[in-house]
Amino acid sequence: MTVSAYNFAYLDEQTKRMIRRAILKGLAIPGYQVPFASREMPMPYGWGTGGVQVSAAVLVPDDTFKVIDQGADDTTNAVSIRRFFEKTAGVAVTDDTAKASVIQTRHRIPEMPLRADQILVYQVPIPEPLRFLEPSEVETRKMHSLEEYGLMHVKLYEDISQHGAIATAYAYPVKVEGRYVMDPSPIPKFDNPKLTMDAIQLFGAGREQRIYALPPHTQVVSLDFEDFPFEASKADHACDLCGAVDSYLDELIVDDAGGRLFMCSDTDYCSTRRAAGHVGAQGVPVKEDVA
Amino acid sequence: MTPLLQVEAVSKFYGARIGCTDVSFDLYPGEVMGIVGESGSGKSTLLNCLAGHLPPDAGAVRFDTRADGLRDTVTMNEPERRMLGRTDWAFVHQHARDGLRMNVSAGGNVGERLMAVGARHYGDIRNTATDWLGRVEIAADRIDDRPSAFSGGMQQRLQIARNLVTGPRLVFMDEPTGGLDVSVQARLLDLMRGLVREMGLSAIIVTHDLAVVRLLADRLMVMKDGHVVETGLTDQVLDDPQHGYTQLLVSSVLQV
Ligand SMILES: Nc1ncnc2c1ncn2[C@@H]1O[C@H](COP(=O)(O)OP(=O)(O)OP(=O)(O)O)[C@@H](O)[C@H]1O
Ligand SMILES: [Mg+2]
Ligand SMILES: [Zn+2]
Repeated sequence: MTVSAYNFAYLDEQTKRMIRRAILKGLAIPGYQVPFASREMPMPYGWGTGGVQVSAAVLVPDDTFKVIDQGADDTTNAVSIRRFFEKTAGVAVTDDTAKASVIQTRHRIPEMPLRADQILVYQVPIPEPLRFLEPSEVETRKMHSLEEYGLMHVKLYEDISQHGAIATAYAYPVKVEGRYVMDPSPIPKFDNPKLTMDAIQLFGAGREQRIYALPPHTQVVSLDFEDFPFEASKADHACDLCGAVDSYLDELIVDDAGGRLFMCSDTDYCSTRRAAGHVGAQGVPVKEDVA
Repeated sequence: MTPLLQVEAVSKFYGARIGCTDVSFDLYPGEVMGIVGESGSGKSTLLNCLAGHLPPDAGAVRFDTRADGLRDTVTMNEPERRMLGRTDWAFVHQHARDGLRMNVSAGGNVGERLMAVGARHYGDIRNTATDWLGRVEIAADRIDDRPSAFSGGMQQRLQIARNLVTGPRLVFMDEPTGGLDVSVQARLLDLMRGLVREMGLSAIIVTHDLAVVRLLADRLMVMKDGHVVETGLTDQVLDDPQHGYTQLLVSSVLQV
Protein backbone atom coordinates (compact mmCIF):
# COMPACT_ATOMS: atom_id res chain seq x y z
CA MET A 1 0.00 0.00 0.00
CA THR A 2 1.52 3.30 -1.06
CA VAL A 3 0.26 6.80 -0.59
CA SER A 4 0.01 7.43 -4.32
CA ALA A 5 -2.36 4.49 -4.79
CA TYR A 6 -5.09 6.37 -2.95
CA ASN A 7 -6.86 9.66 -2.97
CA PHE A 8 -6.07 11.73 0.14
CA ALA A 9 -7.57 9.90 3.15
CA TYR A 10 -8.62 6.95 0.95
CA LEU A 11 -12.12 8.15 -0.05
CA ASP A 12 -12.67 9.93 -3.37
CA GLU A 13 -13.53 13.62 -3.24
CA GLN A 14 -17.17 13.13 -4.25
CA THR A 15 -17.74 10.68 -1.41
CA LYS A 16 -16.07 13.02 1.06
CA ARG A 17 -18.31 15.87 -0.12
CA MET A 18 -21.37 13.67 0.41
CA ILE A 19 -20.18 12.83 3.93
CA ARG A 20 -19.39 16.48 4.69
CA ARG A 21 -22.91 17.44 3.64
CA ALA A 22 -24.27 14.87 6.10
CA ILE A 23 -21.95 16.26 8.81
CA LEU A 24 -23.07 19.84 8.17
CA LYS A 25 -26.69 18.79 8.30
CA GLY A 26 -25.98 16.94 11.54
CA LEU A 27 -24.35 20.04 13.02
CA ALA A 28 -27.33 22.14 11.95
CA ILE A 29 -29.77 19.74 13.68
CA PRO A 30 -27.90 18.58 16.79
CA GLY A 31 -28.68 14.99 17.75
CA TYR A 32 -30.58 14.21 14.56
CA GLN A 33 -29.46 11.07 12.73
CA VAL A 34 -28.60 11.95 9.14
CA PRO A 35 -28.63 9.03 6.69
CA PHE A 36 -25.59 8.76 4.45
CA ALA A 37 -24.38 6.30 1.83
CA SER A 38 -21.77 4.40 3.79
CA ARG A 39 -18.88 3.14 1.64
CA GLU A 40 -16.99 -0.10 1.79
CA MET A 41 -13.84 0.47 3.77
CA PRO A 42 -10.82 -1.85 3.83
CA MET A 43 -11.83 -3.06 7.30
CA PRO A 44 -14.85 -4.95 8.58
CA TYR A 45 -17.95 -3.29 10.08
CA GLY A 46 -17.59 -3.16 13.83
CA TRP A 47 -14.06 -1.85 13.37
CA GLY A 48 -15.17 1.71 13.25
CA THR A 49 -15.97 2.14 9.57
CA GLY A 50 -18.45 4.91 10.40
CA GLY A 51 -15.88 6.85 12.40
CA VAL A 52 -13.22 6.22 9.78
CA GLN A 53 -15.39 7.67 7.02
CA VAL A 54 -16.15 10.75 9.12
CA SER A 55 -12.46 11.18 9.92
CA ALA A 56 -11.60 10.78 6.23
CA ALA A 57 -14.08 13.53 5.37
CA VAL A 58 -12.79 16.04 7.94
CA LEU A 59 -9.02 15.42 7.82
CA VAL A 60 -6.81 17.95 6.02
CA PRO A 61 -3.09 17.52 5.31
CA ASP A 62 -1.85 19.60 8.26
CA ASP A 63 -4.03 17.83 10.82
CA THR A 64 -2.58 15.86 13.70
CA PHE A 65 -4.51 12.67 14.25
CA LYS A 66 -5.05 10.61 17.40
CA VAL A 67 -7.03 7.39 17.81
CA ILE A 68 -8.16 5.84 21.06
CA ASP A 69 -10.01 2.63 21.77
CA GLN A 70 -11.55 2.61 25.27
CA GLY A 71 -9.17 5.39 26.15
CA ALA A 72 -6.01 3.67 24.97
CA ASP A 73 -3.85 4.61 22.00
CA ASP A 74 -2.04 1.30 21.78
CA THR A 75 -4.84 -1.24 21.18
CA THR A 76 -4.95 -3.14 17.88
CA ASN A 77 -8.00 -1.27 16.65
CA ALA A 78 -6.58 2.15 17.47
CA VAL A 79 -3.20 1.33 16.00
CA SER A 80 -4.63 0.02 12.73
CA ILE A 81 -6.89 3.07 12.20
CA ARG A 82 -4.02 5.43 13.02
CA ARG A 83 -1.74 3.60 10.55
CA PHE A 84 -4.47 3.66 7.94
CA PHE A 85 -4.58 7.46 7.93
CA GLU A 86 -0.84 7.77 8.31
CA LYS A 87 -0.58 5.88 5.04
CA THR A 88 -3.57 7.15 3.10
CA ALA A 89 -3.50 10.79 4.24
CA GLY A 90 0.08 11.20 5.35
CA VAL A 91 -1.08 13.16 8.37
CA ALA A 92 0.94 13.53 11.54
CA VAL A 93 -0.18 11.27 14.37
CA THR A 94 0.11 11.61 18.11
CA ASP A 95 -0.89 10.04 21.41
CA ASP A 96 -0.96 13.47 23.03
CA THR A 97 -4.55 14.66 23.40
CA ALA A 98 -3.46 18.29 23.61
CA LYS A 99 -1.55 18.11 20.31
CA ALA A 100 -4.24 16.34 18.28
CA SER A 101 -6.55 18.32 16.01
CA VAL A 102 -8.75 15.32 15.13
CA ILE A 103 -9.35 12.50 17.62
CA GLN A 104 -11.19 9.35 16.63
CA THR A 105 -12.54 7.45 19.60
CA ARG A 106 -14.28 4.27 20.49
CA HIS A 107 -16.12 4.20 23.84
CA ARG A 108 -14.45 7.12 25.66
CA ILE A 109 -14.13 10.89 25.84
CA PRO A 110 -10.61 12.03 26.77
CA GLU A 111 -10.23 13.32 30.32
CA MET A 112 -8.50 16.50 29.26
CA PRO A 113 -11.11 19.10 28.25
CA LEU A 114 -11.06 19.48 24.48
CA ARG A 115 -10.64 22.85 22.78
CA ALA A 116 -12.57 24.72 20.12
CA ASP A 117 -9.92 23.87 17.52
CA GLN A 118 -10.32 20.12 18.01
CA ILE A 119 -12.77 17.61 16.52
CA LEU A 120 -13.81 14.42 18.31
CA VAL A 121 -15.04 11.63 16.02
CA TYR A 122 -16.95 8.73 17.60
CA GLN A 123 -17.31 5.21 16.26
CA VAL A 124 -20.96 4.23 16.76
CA PRO A 125 -22.25 0.65 16.61
CA ILE A 126 -26.00 1.31 17.02
CA PRO A 127 -27.07 4.92 16.52
CA GLU A 128 -30.74 4.44 17.33
CA PRO A 129 -31.41 4.83 21.09
CA LEU A 130 -34.98 3.53 20.70
CA ARG A 131 -33.94 0.39 18.87
CA PHE A 132 -33.85 -2.00 21.83
CA LEU A 133 -37.60 -1.60 22.42
CA GLU A 134 -38.87 -0.66 18.98
CA PRO A 135 -37.37 -2.78 16.20
CA SER A 136 -39.12 -0.93 13.36
CA GLU A 137 -36.99 1.79 11.75
CA VAL A 138 -40.10 3.43 10.25
CA GLU A 139 -41.61 3.67 13.71
CA THR A 140 -38.48 4.99 15.45
CA ARG A 141 -38.04 7.69 12.80
CA LYS A 142 -41.63 8.71 13.40
CA MET A 143 -41.05 8.76 17.16
CA HIS A 144 -38.10 11.11 16.67
CA SER A 145 -39.94 13.39 14.30
CA LEU A 146 -42.93 13.62 16.65
CA GLU A 147 -40.81 13.74 19.82
CA GLU A 148 -42.52 10.65 21.21
CA TYR A 149 -39.89 9.64 23.72
CA GLY A 150 -41.92 7.91 26.45
CA LEU A 151 -40.28 4.65 25.47
CA MET A 152 -36.84 5.89 26.54
CA HIS A 153 -38.10 6.21 30.07
CA VAL A 154 -39.67 2.75 29.90
CA LYS A 155 -36.14 1.44 29.44
CA LEU A 156 -34.94 3.35 32.51
CA TYR A 157 -38.03 2.22 34.45
CA GLU A 158 -37.18 -1.39 33.61
CA ASP A 159 -33.64 -0.82 34.82
CA ILE A 160 -34.78 0.46 38.20
CA SER A 161 -37.44 -2.22 38.64
CA GLN A 162 -34.87 -4.95 37.96
CA HIS A 163 -31.77 -3.54 39.62
CA GLY A 164 -33.05 -1.00 42.12
CA ALA A 165 -31.21 1.75 40.26
CA ILE A 166 -30.62 2.85 36.71
CA ALA A 167 -28.14 0.15 35.74
CA THR A 168 -27.44 1.51 32.27
CA ALA A 169 -23.74 2.25 32.54
CA TYR A 170 -22.82 2.73 28.87
CA ALA A 171 -24.57 4.38 25.93
CA TYR A 172 -26.68 6.23 28.45
CA PRO A 173 -29.37 8.11 26.50
CA VAL A 174 -29.34 11.90 26.37
CA LYS A 175 -31.63 14.64 25.16
CA VAL A 176 -30.00 17.23 22.94
CA GLU A 177 -31.05 20.89 23.16
CA GLY A 178 -34.42 19.76 24.51
CA ARG A 179 -35.24 18.09 21.21
CA TYR A 180 -33.65 14.88 19.93
CA VAL A 181 -32.94 11.88 22.10
CA MET A 182 -29.50 10.58 21.16
CA ASP A 183 -27.28 7.60 21.84
CA PRO A 184 -23.86 8.99 22.83
CA SER A 185 -22.27 5.69 21.63
CA PRO A 186 -21.09 3.21 24.28
CA ILE A 187 -19.12 5.71 26.37
CA PRO A 188 -19.44 5.16 30.13
CA LYS A 189 -22.10 7.38 31.66
CA PHE A 190 -19.22 8.99 33.58
CA ASP A 191 -18.41 10.74 30.30
CA ASN A 192 -21.93 12.07 29.69
CA PRO A 193 -21.42 15.44 31.41
CA LYS A 194 -18.44 16.05 29.10
CA LEU A 195 -20.71 15.89 26.05
CA THR A 196 -21.24 19.62 26.44
CA MET A 197 -17.82 20.84 25.35
CA ASP A 198 -15.86 23.39 23.29
CA ALA A 199 -14.94 20.95 20.52
CA ILE A 200 -17.09 19.69 17.65
CA GLN A 201 -18.30 16.12 18.16
CA LEU A 202 -19.16 13.92 15.19
CA PHE A 203 -20.71 10.45 15.38
CA GLY A 204 -20.44 7.92 12.55
CA ALA A 205 -22.25 4.59 12.27
CA GLY A 206 -21.00 2.66 9.24
CA ARG A 207 -23.19 -0.40 9.13
CA GLU A 208 -26.33 1.61 10.00
CA GLN A 209 -25.34 4.45 7.65
CA ARG A 210 -26.00 7.32 10.03
CA ILE A 211 -24.08 10.43 10.99
CA TYR A 212 -25.01 12.77 13.82
CA ALA A 213 -23.29 15.64 15.55
CA LEU A 214 -23.02 17.97 18.51
CA PRO A 215 -21.77 21.48 17.78
CA PRO A 216 -19.69 23.17 20.52
CA HIS A 217 -21.56 24.10 23.72
CA THR A 218 -24.66 22.06 22.86
CA GLN A 219 -26.93 21.40 25.81
CA VAL A 220 -26.91 17.66 26.44
CA VAL A 221 -29.03 16.26 29.28
CA SER A 222 -28.91 12.66 30.52
CA LEU A 223 -32.41 11.23 30.93
CA ASP A 224 -33.54 10.24 34.41
CA PHE A 225 -36.37 10.23 36.96
CA GLU A 226 -36.98 12.87 39.62
CA ASP A 227 -36.51 10.27 42.35
CA PHE A 228 -33.64 8.48 40.53
CA PRO A 229 -31.49 11.33 39.22
CA PHE A 230 -28.65 10.71 36.76
CA GLU A 231 -25.25 10.14 38.33
CA ALA A 232 -21.97 10.16 36.41
CA SER A 233 -20.45 7.37 38.43
CA LYS A 234 -17.02 5.76 38.37
CA ALA A 235 -15.16 3.28 40.54
CA ASP A 236 -14.73 4.85 43.98
CA HIS A 237 -10.97 4.74 43.86
CA ALA A 238 -7.94 6.75 42.77
CA CYS A 239 -5.73 5.71 39.87
CA ASP A 240 -3.08 3.37 41.29
CA LEU A 241 -0.52 4.63 38.80
CA CYS A 242 -0.97 8.40 38.75
CA GLY A 243 -3.19 9.00 41.77
CA ALA A 244 -5.90 10.81 39.78
CA VAL A 245 -9.25 10.88 41.59
CA ASP A 246 -11.20 12.50 38.75
CA SER A 247 -10.59 10.06 35.88
CA TYR A 248 -12.49 7.03 34.64
CA LEU A 249 -10.76 3.87 35.79
CA ASP A 250 -10.19 0.41 34.38
CA GLU A 251 -9.88 -2.39 36.86
CA LEU A 252 -7.17 -4.97 36.27
CA ILE A 253 -6.63 -8.28 38.01
CA VAL A 254 -2.86 -8.35 38.42
CA ASP A 255 -2.09 -11.69 40.03
CA ASP A 256 -3.58 -15.11 40.83
CA ALA A 257 -4.32 -14.00 44.39
CA GLY A 258 -6.94 -11.62 43.04
CA GLY A 259 -4.81 -8.53 43.45
CA ARG A 260 -6.41 -5.57 41.71
CA LEU A 261 -5.10 -2.46 40.09
CA PHE A 262 -7.12 0.59 39.16
CA MET A 263 -5.73 2.69 36.37
CA CYS A 264 -6.90 5.55 34.18
CA SER A 265 -8.63 4.23 31.07
CA ASP A 266 -7.28 7.34 29.30
CA THR A 267 -3.66 6.22 28.88
CA ASP A 268 -2.45 9.60 27.66
CA TYR A 269 -3.98 11.35 30.66
CA CYS A 270 -2.31 8.89 33.01
CA SER A 271 1.14 9.05 31.44
CA THR A 272 0.99 12.85 31.22
CA ARG A 273 0.24 13.02 34.92
CA ARG A 274 2.99 10.57 35.77
CA ALA A 275 5.45 12.51 33.65
CA ALA A 276 4.49 15.56 35.70
CA GLY A 277 5.47 13.70 38.85
CA HIS A 278 2.14 12.36 40.15
CA VAL A 279 2.42 8.90 41.65
CA GLY A 280 -0.43 6.57 42.65
CA ALA A 281 -0.59 3.98 45.43
CA GLN A 282 0.94 1.21 43.31
CA GLY A 283 2.83 3.41 40.94
CA VAL A 284 6.52 4.01 40.67
CA PRO A 285 8.09 7.33 39.75
CA VAL A 286 8.03 7.61 35.99
CA LYS A 287 11.81 7.59 35.41
CA GLU A 288 12.19 4.09 36.81
CA ASP A 289 9.08 2.79 35.02
CA VAL A 290 10.26 0.35 32.39
CA ALA A 291 6.88 0.34 30.62
CA MET B 1 -75.36 17.28 24.00
CA THR B 2 -72.27 17.11 21.77
CA PRO B 3 -71.48 13.61 20.62
CA LEU B 4 -68.08 12.33 21.69
CA LEU B 5 -67.60 10.81 18.26
CA GLN B 6 -69.46 11.69 15.09
CA VAL B 7 -68.92 9.28 12.23
CA GLU B 8 -70.09 10.42 8.84
CA ALA B 9 -70.17 8.31 5.68
CA VAL B 10 -66.87 6.55 6.32
CA SER B 11 -65.69 4.26 3.52
CA LYS B 12 -62.54 2.26 3.07
CA PHE B 13 -61.59 0.16 0.06
CA TYR B 14 -58.74 -2.26 -0.44
CA GLY B 15 -58.26 -1.82 -4.16
CA ALA B 16 -61.58 -2.88 -5.65
CA ARG B 17 -62.61 -4.76 -2.53
CA ILE B 18 -64.90 -3.10 -0.02
CA GLY B 19 -63.52 -2.81 3.49
CA CYS B 20 -66.46 -0.86 4.84
CA THR B 21 -68.69 1.66 3.17
CA ASP B 22 -70.90 4.61 4.05
CA VAL B 23 -70.90 4.10 7.82
CA SER B 24 -72.43 6.88 9.92
CA PHE B 25 -73.31 7.09 13.60
CA ASP B 26 -72.93 9.26 16.69
CA LEU B 27 -71.51 8.04 19.97
CA TYR B 28 -72.38 10.00 23.10
CA PRO B 29 -70.29 10.25 26.27
CA GLY B 30 -70.70 7.20 28.47
CA GLU B 31 -72.14 5.11 25.66
CA VAL B 32 -70.89 1.70 24.62
CA MET B 33 -71.45 0.77 21.00
CA GLY B 34 -71.16 -2.83 19.86
CA ILE B 35 -70.31 -3.74 16.28
CA VAL B 36 -71.17 -7.30 15.23
CA GLY B 37 -71.06 -9.17 11.97
CA GLU B 38 -69.53 -12.23 10.39
CA SER B 39 -65.90 -12.60 9.52
CA GLY B 40 -64.90 -10.25 6.72
CA SER B 41 -67.88 -7.93 7.22
CA GLY B 42 -65.61 -4.93 7.79
CA LYS B 43 -65.68 -4.53 11.57
CA SER B 44 -61.93 -4.24 12.08
CA THR B 45 -61.56 -2.03 9.02
CA LEU B 46 -64.15 0.37 10.41
CA LEU B 47 -62.65 0.34 13.90
CA ASN B 48 -59.18 1.06 12.53
CA CYS B 49 -60.55 3.96 10.47
CA LEU B 50 -62.21 5.39 13.57
CA ALA B 51 -59.10 5.00 15.74
CA GLY B 52 -56.81 6.67 13.22
CA HIS B 53 -54.90 3.50 12.35
CA LEU B 54 -56.19 3.44 8.76
CA PRO B 55 -56.96 6.46 6.59
CA PRO B 56 -60.53 6.17 5.26
CA ASP B 57 -61.04 6.84 1.56
CA ALA B 58 -64.07 9.00 2.26
CA GLY B 59 -65.99 10.39 5.19
CA ALA B 60 -65.31 12.23 8.42
CA VAL B 61 -64.60 11.04 11.96
CA ARG B 62 -65.14 13.94 14.34
CA PHE B 63 -63.95 13.65 17.91
CA ASP B 64 -64.89 16.07 20.67
CA THR B 65 -61.38 17.27 21.55
CA ARG B 66 -60.72 18.89 24.92
CA ALA B 67 -59.27 21.99 23.36
CA ASP B 68 -61.35 22.71 20.27
CA GLY B 69 -64.50 20.59 20.41
CA LEU B 70 -65.40 18.47 17.38
CA ARG B 71 -62.43 17.99 15.04
CA ASP B 72 -62.13 15.69 12.05
CA THR B 73 -59.42 13.22 12.99
CA VAL B 74 -59.04 12.12 9.37
CA THR B 75 -57.79 15.52 8.24
CA MET B 76 -55.99 16.57 11.44
CA ASN B 77 -52.21 16.33 11.26
CA GLU B 78 -50.48 13.17 12.35
CA PRO B 79 -48.83 14.45 15.54
CA GLU B 80 -52.21 15.57 16.85
CA ARG B 81 -53.81 12.28 15.93
CA ARG B 82 -51.04 10.27 17.58
CA MET B 83 -51.31 12.46 20.65
CA LEU B 84 -55.01 11.55 20.88
CA GLY B 85 -53.95 7.93 20.44
CA ARG B 86 -51.93 8.03 23.64
CA THR B 87 -54.11 10.32 25.71
CA ASP B 88 -57.86 10.46 25.04
CA TRP B 89 -58.09 7.22 23.09
CA ALA B 90 -57.25 3.66 23.97
CA PHE B 91 -57.09 0.61 21.73
CA VAL B 92 -57.42 -2.93 23.00
CA HIS B 93 -56.27 -5.46 20.42
CA GLN B 94 -57.57 -8.98 19.96
CA HIS B 95 -54.11 -10.40 20.29
CA ALA B 96 -52.37 -9.16 23.40
CA ARG B 97 -49.02 -9.35 21.62
CA ASP B 98 -50.19 -6.55 19.30
CA GLY B 99 -51.12 -4.35 22.23
CA LEU B 100 -48.39 -5.16 24.75
CA ARG B 101 -44.63 -4.90 24.73
CA MET B 102 -43.78 -8.52 25.36
CA ASN B 103 -40.17 -7.77 26.35
CA VAL B 104 -41.15 -5.18 28.96
CA SER B 105 -42.41 -5.97 32.47
CA ALA B 106 -46.08 -5.65 33.38
CA GLY B 107 -45.31 -2.50 35.35
CA GLY B 108 -43.41 -1.00 32.42
CA ASN B 109 -46.30 -1.83 30.10
CA VAL B 110 -48.77 -0.04 32.34
CA GLY B 111 -46.37 2.82 33.00
CA GLU B 112 -45.56 3.51 29.35
CA ARG B 113 -48.56 5.73 28.67
CA LEU B 114 -47.88 7.69 31.86
CA MET B 115 -44.28 8.26 30.81
CA ALA B 116 -45.42 9.11 27.28
CA VAL B 117 -47.38 12.03 28.66
CA GLY B 118 -44.52 13.20 30.86
CA ALA B 119 -44.59 11.27 34.16
CA ARG B 120 -41.02 11.39 35.51
CA HIS B 121 -41.33 10.12 39.07
CA TYR B 122 -40.50 6.43 39.28
CA GLY B 123 -42.22 5.89 42.63
CA ASP B 124 -45.44 7.50 41.45
CA ILE B 125 -45.45 5.56 38.19
CA ARG B 126 -44.91 2.32 40.07
CA ASN B 127 -47.68 3.04 42.55
CA THR B 128 -50.11 3.83 39.78
CA ALA B 129 -49.10 0.67 37.92
CA THR B 130 -49.57 -1.42 41.06
CA ASP B 131 -52.98 0.11 41.60
CA TRP B 132 -54.04 -0.66 38.04
CA LEU B 133 -52.77 -4.23 38.17
CA GLY B 134 -55.00 -4.63 41.21
CA ARG B 135 -57.97 -3.22 39.36
CA VAL B 136 -57.58 -5.82 36.62
CA GLU B 137 -57.02 -8.56 39.21
CA ILE B 138 -53.32 -9.13 38.61
CA ALA B 139 -51.41 -9.71 41.85
CA ALA B 140 -49.01 -6.91 42.79
CA ASP B 141 -46.10 -9.34 42.98
CA ARG B 142 -46.36 -9.97 39.23
CA ILE B 143 -45.46 -6.33 38.46
CA ASP B 144 -41.91 -7.15 37.36
CA ASP B 145 -42.85 -10.21 35.31
CA ARG B 146 -43.01 -10.03 31.55
CA PRO B 147 -46.34 -10.61 29.82
CA SER B 148 -44.92 -13.71 28.14
CA ALA B 149 -45.12 -15.35 31.57
CA PHE B 150 -48.85 -14.54 31.79
CA SER B 151 -51.87 -16.57 30.71
CA GLY B 152 -53.96 -15.32 27.79
CA GLY B 153 -56.60 -13.89 30.10
CA MET B 154 -54.00 -12.10 32.22
CA GLN B 155 -52.36 -10.66 29.13
CA GLN B 156 -55.70 -9.28 28.02
CA ARG B 157 -56.34 -7.78 31.46
CA LEU B 158 -52.87 -6.26 31.40
CA GLN B 159 -53.60 -4.75 28.01
CA ILE B 160 -56.73 -3.19 29.45
CA ALA B 161 -54.83 -1.75 32.42
CA ARG B 162 -52.13 -0.38 30.11
CA ASN B 163 -54.81 1.37 28.07
CA LEU B 164 -56.97 2.73 30.86
CA VAL B 165 -54.22 4.04 33.12
CA THR B 166 -54.26 7.52 31.60
CA GLY B 167 -58.03 7.85 31.85
CA PRO B 168 -58.91 7.81 28.14
CA ARG B 169 -62.29 9.15 27.07
CA LEU B 170 -62.86 6.66 24.27
CA VAL B 171 -61.84 3.02 24.17
CA PHE B 172 -61.69 1.01 20.95
CA MET B 173 -61.72 -2.76 21.37
CA ASP B 174 -61.32 -5.35 18.62
CA GLU B 175 -62.50 -8.77 19.78
CA PRO B 176 -61.15 -8.30 23.31
CA THR B 177 -62.37 -11.72 24.39
CA GLY B 178 -61.54 -13.58 21.20
CA GLY B 179 -59.39 -16.66 21.51
CA LEU B 180 -59.92 -17.02 25.27
CA ASP B 181 -61.52 -19.96 27.08
CA VAL B 182 -65.18 -19.47 27.90
CA SER B 183 -64.62 -19.24 31.65
CA VAL B 184 -61.77 -16.77 31.12
CA GLN B 185 -63.97 -14.76 28.79
CA ALA B 186 -66.69 -14.54 31.42
CA ARG B 187 -64.30 -13.18 34.01
CA LEU B 188 -62.86 -10.65 31.58
CA LEU B 189 -66.32 -9.51 30.55
CA ASP B 190 -67.29 -9.07 34.17
CA LEU B 191 -64.21 -7.00 34.79
CA MET B 192 -64.78 -4.88 31.70
CA ARG B 193 -68.37 -4.25 32.66
CA GLY B 194 -67.24 -3.10 36.10
CA LEU B 195 -64.64 -0.73 34.65
CA VAL B 196 -67.02 0.68 32.04
CA ARG B 197 -69.57 1.51 34.73
CA GLU B 198 -67.12 2.74 37.31
CA MET B 199 -65.21 5.01 34.91
CA GLY B 200 -68.21 5.97 32.80
CA LEU B 201 -66.23 4.89 29.74
CA SER B 202 -67.31 5.44 26.20
CA ALA B 203 -66.35 2.51 24.04
CA ILE B 204 -66.69 0.90 20.65
CA ILE B 205 -66.42 -2.86 20.85
CA VAL B 206 -66.06 -5.07 17.81
CA THR B 207 -67.00 -8.70 18.32
CA HIS B 208 -68.81 -11.56 16.75
CA ASP B 209 -69.88 -12.81 20.14
CA LEU B 210 -73.42 -11.69 20.87
CA ALA B 211 -72.97 -12.46 24.58
CA VAL B 212 -70.33 -9.74 24.70
CA VAL B 213 -72.57 -7.07 23.26
CA ARG B 214 -75.54 -8.21 25.33
CA LEU B 215 -73.47 -7.64 28.45
CA LEU B 216 -71.56 -4.49 27.52
CA ALA B 217 -73.16 -2.55 24.70
CA ASP B 218 -75.92 0.02 25.01
CA ARG B 219 -76.27 0.18 21.26
CA LEU B 220 -75.57 -2.26 18.50
CA MET B 221 -74.58 -1.99 14.87
CA VAL B 222 -74.80 -5.02 12.61
CA MET B 223 -72.49 -5.19 9.59
CA LYS B 224 -72.49 -7.35 6.51
CA ASP B 225 -70.24 -7.08 3.44
CA GLY B 226 -68.91 -3.72 4.59
CA HIS B 227 -72.36 -2.17 5.09
CA VAL B 228 -74.31 -1.42 8.25
CA VAL B 229 -77.51 -3.39 7.89
CA GLU B 230 -79.13 -2.62 11.21
CA THR B 231 -78.57 -0.39 14.18
CA GLY B 232 -80.42 0.29 17.43
CA LEU B 233 -80.54 -0.29 21.16
CA THR B 234 -78.88 -3.61 21.91
CA ASP B 235 -81.87 -5.27 23.54
CA GLN B 236 -84.17 -4.16 20.77
CA VAL B 237 -81.93 -5.40 18.01
CA LEU B 238 -81.28 -8.73 19.70
CA ASP B 239 -84.85 -9.36 20.83
CA ASP B 240 -86.60 -8.01 17.76
CA PRO B 241 -84.22 -8.01 14.81
CA GLN B 242 -85.62 -6.30 11.72
CA HIS B 243 -83.12 -7.18 9.04
CA GLY B 244 -83.05 -10.70 7.67
CA TYR B 245 -79.34 -11.03 8.25
CA THR B 246 -79.67 -9.93 11.87
CA GLN B 247 -82.47 -12.44 12.33
CA LEU B 248 -80.14 -15.15 11.06
CA LEU B 249 -77.33 -13.89 13.27
CA VAL B 250 -79.51 -13.89 16.36
CA SER B 251 -80.96 -17.29 15.66
CA SER B 252 -78.89 -19.97 17.30
CA VAL B 253 -77.74 -21.24 13.89
CA LEU B 254 -75.14 -18.52 13.41
CA GLN B 255 -74.00 -18.27 16.98
CA VAL B 256 -70.58 -19.66 17.49
N1 LIG C 1 -55.09 -5.26 4.46
C1 LIG C 1 -56.08 -5.70 3.68
N2 LIG C 1 -55.88 -5.80 2.36
C2 LIG C 1 -56.87 -6.23 1.53
N3 LIG C 1 -58.10 -6.57 1.96
C3 LIG C 1 -58.35 -6.49 3.27
C4 LIG C 1 -57.36 -6.06 4.20
N4 LIG C 1 -57.89 -6.07 5.44
C5 LIG C 1 -59.15 -6.49 5.29
N5 LIG C 1 -59.44 -6.74 4.00
C6 LIG C 1 -60.74 -7.18 3.44
O1 LIG C 1 -61.72 -6.25 3.85
C7 LIG C 1 -62.91 -6.92 4.23
C8 LIG C 1 -63.24 -6.56 5.67
O2 LIG C 1 -62.24 -7.13 6.52
P1 LIG C 1 -62.17 -6.88 8.09
O3 LIG C 1 -60.89 -7.42 8.56
O4 LIG C 1 -62.48 -5.47 8.36
O5 LIG C 1 -63.39 -7.80 8.57
P2 LIG C 1 -63.80 -8.22 10.06
O6 LIG C 1 -65.26 -7.99 10.13
O7 LIG C 1 -62.97 -7.54 11.05
O8 LIG C 1 -63.51 -9.76 10.04
P3 LIG C 1 -63.06 -10.75 11.26
O9 LIG C 1 -64.29 -11.00 12.05
O10 LIG C 1 -62.60 -11.97 10.56
O11 LIG C 1 -62.00 -10.06 12.02
C9 LIG C 1 -62.65 -8.39 3.99
O12 LIG C 1 -63.14 -8.70 2.70
C10 LIG C 1 -61.16 -8.50 4.02
O13 LIG C 1 -60.73 -9.58 3.24
MG1 LIG D 1 -61.56 -8.23 12.53
ZN1 LIG E 1 -3.84 7.44 36.07
